[in-house]
Amino acid sequence: MTPEGTVNRAALPAIFNPEDLNALEQALRLKDQHPGSTVTILTMGPPRATDVIREGLYRGADGGVLLTDRAFAGADTLATSYALSQAIKKIGMPDLVIGGRQAIDGDTAQVGPQVAQKLDLNQVTYVTAIEQVKDGKVTALRTIDGGIERVEAPLPLLVTVNGNAAPCRPRNAKLVMKYKRASAPMERPADKPLPYAEEYEKKPYLTVTQWSVADVDGDLAQCGLAGSPTKVKAVQNIVFKAKESKRLTGSDADVEGLVKELLESHTIG
Amino acid sequence: MGEIAGTTIADNAEGVDLEGPHHEGDRVRYASGTARNLEAMVQAGMNGMTMPRRYNGLNFPITPYTMCAELVAASDAGFGNIWSLQDCIETLYEFGDEDQHSRFIPRICAGETMSMDLTEPDAGSDLQSVMLKATFDEKENCWRLNGVKRFITNGDADLHLVLARSEEGTTDGRGLSMFIYDKRDGGVNVRRIENKLGIHGSPTCELVYKNAKAELCGMRKMGLIKYVMALMNGARLGIAAQSVGISQAAYNEGLAYARDREQFGKKIITLPAVADMLSLMKAKLDAGRALLYQCARYVDVYKALDDIARERKLTPEERTEQKTYAKLADSLTPLAKGMNSEYCNQNTFDALQIHGGSGFMMDYPIQRYYRDARITNIYEGTTQLQVVAAIRYVTNGSYLAQMREFEQAEVSEAVKPLQAQAKALADLFEQAVEHVKEAQSQEMQDLCARHLVEMAADVIMLHLLCYNATQQPELFEKSARVYARFVTAEVQKHHTWVMDLTAEALADYRCE
Repeated sequence: MTPEGTVNRAALPAIFNPEDLNALEQALRLKDQHPGSTVTILTMGPPRATDVIREGLYRGADGGVLLTDRAFAGADTLATSYALSQAIKKIGMPDLVIGGRQAIDGDTAQVGPQVAQKLDLNQVTYVTAIEQVKDGKVTALRTIDGGIERVEAPLPLLVTVNGNAAPCRPRNAKLVMKYKRASAPMERPADKPLPYAEEYEKKPYLTVTQWSVADVDGDLAQCGLAGSPTKVKAVQNIVFKAKESKRLTGSDADVEGLVKELLESHTIG
Repeated sequence: MGEIAGTTIADNAEGVDLEGPHHEGDRVRYASGTARNLEAMVQAGMNGMTMPRRYNGLNFPITPYTMCAELVAASDAGFGNIWSLQDCIETLYEFGDEDQHSRFIPRICAGETMSMDLTEPDAGSDLQSVMLKATFDEKENCWRLNGVKRFITNGDADLHLVLARSEEGTTDGRGLSMFIYDKRDGGVNVRRIENKLGIHGSPTCELVYKNAKAELCGMRKMGLIKYVMALMNGARLGIAAQSVGISQAAYNEGLAYARDREQFGKKIITLPAVADMLSLMKAKLDAGRALLYQCARYVDVYKALDDIARERKLTPEERTEQKTYAKLADSLTPLAKGMNSEYCNQNTFDALQIHGGSGFMMDYPIQRYYRDARITNIYEGTTQLQVVAAIRYVTNGSYLAQMREFEQAEVSEAVKPLQAQAKALADLFEQAVEHVKEAQSQEMQDLCARHLVEMAADVIMLHLLCYNATQQPELFEKSARVYARFVTAEVQKHHTWVMDLTAEALADYRCE
């Protein structure tokens, strides 16, 4: 926790959210099926969040944008989706915005739908597979209670992808070699000469696009802590411990007792 | 590579072992896990690793490629075969023409698979008697293949290198040529898939060639004497890597089980009888791996010079260097293949032993490693054939010269006694070789060959471990000491056996 009542992200490693990897795989499959289309990774975070962009480039993304600014810090889902939607406008409206269903820290699943609202896009959530994109329409499978639903939606569209979608492809050796030195300007040393400076001049793709609040015409009041009505009260480390066990038989009385108990504890029902 | 081997391939291994490949019509369909493994490899761009960039390869040296082969085999030795048959492309690159390079190499880099079609029902170890017939079709201006091949690993591959008899009326190796068969042309069918003890993921096929269109690779009549030798050297290094991989996997399982299992009120790893097995397993693993990498590095040096020679004439010094390293590689290849495949069998045997009764059940992965290991000292030339390939370097003094050179190497204080021990063992080796030479009997030399070759391998591996222990004592010093003790006993045993052998005793080893 920080004194401002937000999660101290600097204390945590930047990782690729698992469901964002599922989302990336869906995007890369569409790129394979539709030659000429491009995949751009957008992420908001401190400079080291460029790791996520590099991981995407290693797997076949065409480019990335790092949204980074102290003013973005402390953002809840509302401020995050505002910042992301501003950046998407600046990139230029794509046909498809694909994201993971939710991050594994906040677990809110709000950012995707909020971005769709702000950009006035249709949205399909909880997707396990984008089956096809044809004649301006997307067919996708989405997970619903008790089954799977096949839906069709017109482009442009925002899709959030579930963890049970296909896992992301591995890093590609040649792409790793190509992009291993890719970095955002803020990652580079300010006070000493840049190693391999010549390479960066020759290969513009090694410089990851980096935008600040001003670059995306952000309204400071809607960004970061200022734009976040959510306050984190506490972060608790929960350790699951086995409590004393109860042995039940298959008798009707025992089963009924168990059902009642679970209903009372709101575990089921 | 480690990520794919440790996740995708390792996760699929058990399913692949149980499912195996399917024979459908005249074709092979891989086990579903195998297909997923291949897909991951293609996506990761790990095919055609050693090929030049201009053909879409990764331009890797052989040494890191070998390390990758080891990682793959540690997860699934059967899949290791399918994937590492990509090294057949080395032979096509070495002996094929420019046109063949540009047509075939990019396909392998894109993930198509290969096979080497050598063995026939009546031509296993003795490849000179290959009978698959190649005839030139004047009308179509191509070669046609007719006949049967057996025990062909990944026999339904996209691209085959085929050994066939192109010179009618010949019966020996000089009538054989190497051909490239492209599955897209058709004409080769899979008649059956063998049901094997291990490496279930790897389809072993019987192939029927019916007027199959093929093209010549390199020159006529050089098929066996030059190209298959090159092909086999690459493949043998591959099997050495596979052996090290399985050995490592077995050691890991044995170690984990010994740390976990309690008997007599304590972890069994604390029992000297178990710790003895584990220490020796680790020592053999480290020694065998050191030999494998040394050999791969020699290959890299001469192949780099080969590549330079494609662009310009080599200087006389470079030519000497190229020859020296090619010879060193040729001398170490049969040792690396022979010793590592034997160690692999010994290590899987011991790792299973540590599991006790549980190891005999089909519930633990160790049973799969144990079964998979058994082929390593058989295919790509049995250990007995590796001895045949290696014995000339015993008699011509090449191994001894290598040992004497290693004796001059600077090693750490801690390692010095081990280096001195290796020198004493080299003296025993020299004496045993002299003893056999003096007898001037081919029969005696053949009978002693395995002993002499193993002595040479033991001493060379001890030197390599001395080097490793000097560089990284925390990783290798213990193994170096354990291995020194082990090979001292081994070399003395072989020495005694050879020195005691008299001309009269030879009769005891004649069987009818």
